[in-house]
Amino acid sequence: MGLDNSAKRDFKIVGTRVGRPDGIDKVTGKATYGADISAPGMLFGRILRSPHAHARIVSIDTSEAEKAEGVKAVVTGADLAMPEDEYFADVSVNCLARDKALYDGHAVAAVAATSKAAAKAAIRLIRVEYEVLPHVTDVDEAMKPDAPIVQEGRALENVPAGMSQNVTSHFEFGHGDLDAGFAKADKIVERSFKTAATHQGYIEPQACLATLGGDGRGEVWCCTQGQYMVRTKCAHVLGIEASQLKVTSSEIGGGFGGKTSTFIEPVALALSRKSGKPVKIVMTRDEVLRATGPTISTSMDVKIGMTNDGRITAGKAVLRYQGGAYPNGTVEFGAQAAFAAYDLDAVQTLGWNVMTNRPKEIPYRAPGAPTAIYAVESVVDELCQELSLDPLDVRLMNAARKGTLSAYGPTFNEIGLVATLEAAKDHPHYKAPLGENQGRGLSCGFWFNFGGNTCVSLNLNDDGTVGVVEGNPDIGGSRASISMMAAEELGVPYDKVRTVIADTSALGFNDITDGSRVTFAVGLATIEAARAAIKEMCRRAAKIWDVDEDAVRWEDGAVVPAGPNAGKHDPMTLAEIAAVAGSTGGPIAGHHEVNADGAGVSFGVHLVDTEVDPETGYTKILRYTVFQDAGKAVHPDYVEGQMQGGAVQGIGWALNEEYIYGEDGRLQNPGFLDYRVPVASDLPNIETVILEIPNPGHPYGVRGVGETPIVPPLAAISNAVSRAAGVRMAELPMSPPRLLKAMQG
Amino acid sequence: MKNIQVETTINGDATEFLCAPDESLLDVLRDRLGLTGAKEGCGTGDCGACSVTLNGEVVCSCLVLGVETQGAEIGTIEGMANGETLHPLQRVFIEEAALQCGICTPGILVAAKSLLEKNPDPTDTEIRYWLAGNLCRCTGYDKIIKAVQVAAAEMRGA
Repeated sequence: MGLDNSAKRDFKIVGTRVGRPDGIDKVTGKATYGADISAPGMLFGRILRSPHAHARIVSIDTSEAEKAEGVKAVVTGADLAMPEDEYFADVSVNCLARDKALYDGHAVAAVAATSKAAAKAAIRLIRVEYEVLPHVTDVDEAMKPDAPIVQEGRALENVPAGMSQNVTSHFEFGHGDLDAGFAKADKIVERSFKTAATHQGYIEPQACLATLGGDGRGEVWCCTQGQYMVRTKCAHVLGIEASQLKVTSSEIGGGFGGKTSTFIEPVALALSRKSGKPVKIVMTRDEVLRATGPTISTSMDVKIGMTNDGRITAGKAVLRYQGGAYPNGTVEFGAQAAFAAYDLDAVQTLGWNVMTNRPKEIPYRAPGAPTAIYAVESVVDELCQELSLDPLDVRLMNAARKGTLSAYGPTFNEIGLVATLEAAKDHPHYKAPLGENQGRGLSCGFWFNFGGNTCVSLNLNDDGTVGVVEGNPDIGGSRASISMMAAEELGVPYDKVRTVIADTSALGFNDITDGSRVTFAVGLATIEAARAAIKEMCRRAAKIWDVDEDAVRWEDGAVVPAGPNAGKHDPMTLAEIAAVAGSTGGPIAGHHEVNADGAGVSFGVHLVDTEVDPETGYTKILRYTVFQDAGKAVHPDYVEGQMQGGAVQGIGWALNEEYIYGEDGRLQNPGFLDYRVPVASDLPNIETVILEIPNPGHPYGVRGVGETPIVPPLAAISNAVSRAAGVRMAELPMSPPRLLKAMQG
Repeated sequence: MKNIQVETTINGDATEFLCAPDESLLDVLRDRLGLTGAKEGCGTGDCGACSVTLNGEVVCSCLVLGVETQGAEIGTIEGMANGETLHPLQRVFIEEAALQCGICTPGILVAAKSLLEKNPDPTDTEIRYWLAGNLCRCTGYDKIIKAVQVAAAEMRGA
């Protein structure tokens, strides 16, 4: 059944605001997250971490720790396998270091003991002899030819000779004649930008409970964005087979990309294998900030030319992203996304990935895009200001639309950027007056959206209810959205459907919950699974009526005769067919397995008013409005929630959040007191406007919505602050001291 | 260190437990009593996910020692609903989609209930400042503030 010719646009359930199936558990404290379960005879694991940014590990003496009261096992890197595949080898070495500690917080050994206190005491008895090496944490410093080398021999072939070995890969996108484009410009602005690394800041630290026997059979319970990913990585790092490891995802207390990798599960499994007992590891906040996924930090140059009436003639961006102590590819996303909002004749983006002595970068909501688009949208705003042009009119004049050859290659299909910009222009916010020390900023945002590997099983129960089994942890209400789409397609009430998330043994492989893929891809697979079940229900009804299969059809949740030749029969509902399934051929189910394509890109526009305090450099967010194309908002509350939550994370990135490293290469602010995420009193209401430009790649027109909202805030706020403060800002975060210094010239 | 016996009242039930002198109330609730509704987000009193009431005042249970609660009245998220009847704040949080991942929700509900007991008709700003010690990374707080207002109006009979 082709999707394009079965597009559905009239909905009964999709688009309503139903309650969530996990609601009661989550408001009563019953929901079980990573740290909330225990096992009989369980031990507590604790990890020893490097205090040095870069050091050779000369020796590790665990003998005293092994003898300590209550200690049942001690492991080091030698207890994990060293996979031949470089990607999995990096996972292994990041879980427990081998010859070198690569950053402050790098795990070097772990213990399992009968109590938390015993485990904590025991790691202090492990003697590690370090030979401290020179370190580098800044991206520009790390690119210099004489910089300390984080890891040798990791650069790809496309990195030119003579660069530091810390530069591991290079990307280039674009089209057209840049020189000719800049020659046509009346005004050219070229600026350099820097952005600090931030953390996803999920409130639930990583936690797991693991058991593994000497026969290679084991189980893991953990908070993760992908139980299959955990299985794959653990199998490689422990040297066991995937079929023998069952991974169950707990309720997840936030992820935002930060729980798309594994840090503690392989360690807990190794401790369990050695001790013969289940082992629970719960990270502290300090460990989360020092050793799990911060974002890239960046250094960027952007040059854009514009005519006096606002047409962009050429754009060039050079992006330098450091991604911590291992190679990563995030700059590729940044280089692709930088100019995605524009229809340009001449555009080029160059990206460099760089290693430093920092924790390995892990994706954070639209990884790579917010910083690149921040730099581009800042320069566009400066040009608008210099040329006295309306910044929304300039965006509209240059906006990408259907048929635009995007800066990163593909030609856009149906996209919602123009509609989003027009909605912003028509909104009262854009016309509201501003006071002294106040400024208004805006920015476009973009994310590709992912599809990916997805399996769904849909089972009809004999009481006429429906069970959906899917394999993606529910991070923002997706079980409700999936149930809604199943109910819509089957023509049954929402509360007749229950969606559960399978463990790795109960359903085929699913990619992680990332890239704004779940409502799109799992939704698509659910609709297809429902259609398979409908086809089977039609077959069963035809059998009961003793007519051909093509003499019946599905209509409003029931099988009906397709025409007069089928005879007169009352419609048979799903419940009636399911009740007699045993006598018509057995249980009825539908399933669908797909590597989903056609995710449909997502655009948004943010408008923000700020007020800066000239005496302190403090920035207050006065008003904030988010406009975004959702394709089709399956559950509008959750779409708004993504828009609001992403915007506020972006506000934190723009104004406060920052990884601060000392001269010694150690993280100086590994706690929520000094790594300051936005709190309720920092913020106004976040207004939302959902646009619905259907995605042709989904039967209901759905686009992912989760990533795009974190992209525009950085530039929108920087532009608002720059206009309010009368000085062009080019570094994030715009913390009060930094802004005060800029204002004082 | 030798464990100490402590007698308290938790959610109206007389409760005895043994704990180490340096053990937090949060660890006692979660590890010894199986009350895992209070969450540990930081262990340093910065996130509010472990909020409970101690003799009627909201506290971060990670900053209270178990032994300090001798003779005290403790209220946790597990005591907020009355059987299958949710507290209005709990019900409205679901209706208004005031949670996404839900990890901060128990702490926010405990704190919000305490606010409405002291101030049944708060302004948005008063709610925002009262909840400034409860971090939520998913929602941007918008729907949380709205839900508290809706529940407050309902509880006032407005």
